[in-house]
Amino acid sequence: MSSRYTFGGDEHVFVEVDEEMSLEAFFVSLSMTNAVRKANIKGVTEICPANASFQIKFDPDVIHPDDMMKELKRLEAEAEQGDNVLETRIIEVPVYYQDPWTHDTLMRFRERHQDPSGTDIEYAASINGYDSVEKFIEAHSGAPWFVSMVGFVSGLPFLYQMVDRSRQIQVPKYLSPRTDTPRQTVGYGGSFSCIYSVRGAGGYQMFGITPMPIFDPEQNVPYLKDFMVFFKPGDIVRFKPINREEYDAAIAQVQAGEFMPRMRNVRFSLSEFNADMDGTNAKLMEALYDH
Amino acid sequence: MTINVISAGIATTIQDLGRPGYYHLGIPMGGAMDRLALKTANLLVGNDEGAAGLESVFVGPELEFTQDVTVAVCGAELPPKVDGEARDTWTAFTVKAGQVLSFDFLKSGARIYIAISGGITTPMHLGSRSTYAIGALGGVNGRPVQPGDSLPLGKSSKTVKDGLSVPKALRRGPSSPAEIRVLPGLYWHRITEQAQKNFFEDTWKVANEADRMGYRFQGGRKLEFVEREQPFSAGADPSNITDACYPYGSIQVPSGSEPIVLHRDAVSGGGYFMLGAVISADMDLIGQLQPNTPVRFVKVDMEAALAARKEQATIMDEIREVLS
Repeated sequence: MSSRYTFGGDEHVFVEVDEEMSLEAFFVSLSMTNAVRKANIKGVTEICPANASFQIKFDPDVIHPDDMMKELKRLEAEAEQGDNVLETRIIEVPVYYQDPWTHDTLMRFRERHQDPSGTDIEYAASINGYDSVEKFIEAHSGAPWFVSMVGFVSGLPFLYQMVDRSRQIQVPKYLSPRTDTPRQTVGYGGSFSCIYSVRGAGGYQMFGITPMPIFDPEQNVPYLKDFMVFFKPGDIVRFKPINREEYDAAIAQVQAGEFMPRMRNVRFSLSEFNADMDGTNAKLMEALYDH
Repeated sequence: MTINVISAGIATTIQDLGRPGYYHLGIPMGGAMDRLALKTANLLVGNDEGAAGLESVFVGPELEFTQDVTVAVCGAELPPKVDGEARDTWTAFTVKAGQVLSFDFLKSGARIYIAISGGITTPMHLGSRSTYAIGALGGVNGRPVQPGDSLPLGKSSKTVKDGLSVPKALRRGPSSPAEIRVLPGLYWHRITEQAQKNFFEDTWKVANEADRMGYRFQGGRKLEFVEREQPFSAGADPSNITDACYPYGSIQVPSGSEPIVLHRDAVSGGGYFMLGAVISADMDLIGQLQPNTPVRFVKVDMEAALAARKEQATIMDEIREVLS
């Protein structure tokens, strides 16, 4: 893996760790951005990790762009020696797959879809070789996900599934983006799941919806009291399929200010994961459901 | 101590200099599209440069004041009127309690900045009053200004001369065709040499889809991509990349056909390649472009970008000096 450094105008350095997505590339991006934060380089104004790349915004009146670039390259050597171990948390996100609201929305935008005769999830199941939507949901919810980037709009997490590449789901984005997506839609594009944090435009395929708010500018949601955005890169997510009754019950809890997602602190090691993915995932599930 | 909004004009929002520091969460810095215009308007009325004012596009609002204030309108040439009587842009003028500020038709540019002595004092969200409607942050309860709103004003700390004005030489507006300077980079290598040449040779036009998130351009030749097998997770179209961060000012070209320059309310990332970015000195200018304006993108290097930034800072210094 050899990172590509480039400028984005006179205020950004953009570093592409790898052209393709992998947890290895994600960990380099994460440890590099952590190293930049620690280094406290004068003039740095924004540090943005992404899936397999990252971006630093800086003030060129404070530090010359060439010097900024040099500083980052110097830090790369340090970051690569990182042991890729993460103290993080695992969170259970309930998902009502094939819900009526995303269904209504996807029907309104059928002419922008690859397969206007079916639904998004039927299309995704079929092109990934699953013979039923149920089997596809099993695969989507059967193994956990890494939050590999937060962004696009306020607090939207991109998630990358923790399985080997042969088992990874891939779907194209809509032929042309929708102008509407329900809030808290669980979407999919390329090899990424996402949760739309707010209502708005979107190009990812829509599979379902979660009752769990993940962005609250008013900060009334109890687990968003400290900050209005829930997810951060490195979080691990498990999607739990729920039905209409469970969805309604969760919504009632949210409205009463009583909904709390199930979550636990966990330690994740990339090398342990690579040595035994299913075993590592099973341990993560144990941690999530202990007592 | 309030401003009563009688009519809202178009896309009228409360803006200051924005909320940097949250882009890694998908919350853009936002703030005035034309920062020089907002800062200048604030200086004219005796405010701090970063006080909150109003940004309107093409059509101004109608505002009634409940106290005597000093007002300045900078940016586009959208002539202000007080109780129907014409006033000058880039010039401080008095509006008395009960009088109504309205606007004539747009003559040039796209966005005006209305500064009022004391500044608008709606609540701050993450350190800024700027409206970011998608995230329901800032503004009036997270949204743009509407008729019937009553906007709170701060106490004016400084008295200013009525008629204080910015010399014409220091007012900057777009030429036609407008020239937007671009530093190639990011995924520049993904398009062919011919496409790289075409991009800077062609005359583009501002499309109707032009707002605080981004400006779309049309009319140039479609870009051709260097052939390759698409990397895992990027998506099949050659304009797709593994979802990454988008720099402010970066130029993405979905399917290679219509470039989009991301602006102050940019989405923070996504899956389209970018061929480079508009230099920081020309970002203010983009917010003043009307749809259909012909535009040439001009290739520059880092040295030229930094020189232009310095020049822009010098203009601001001169404005400060004139108005001090």
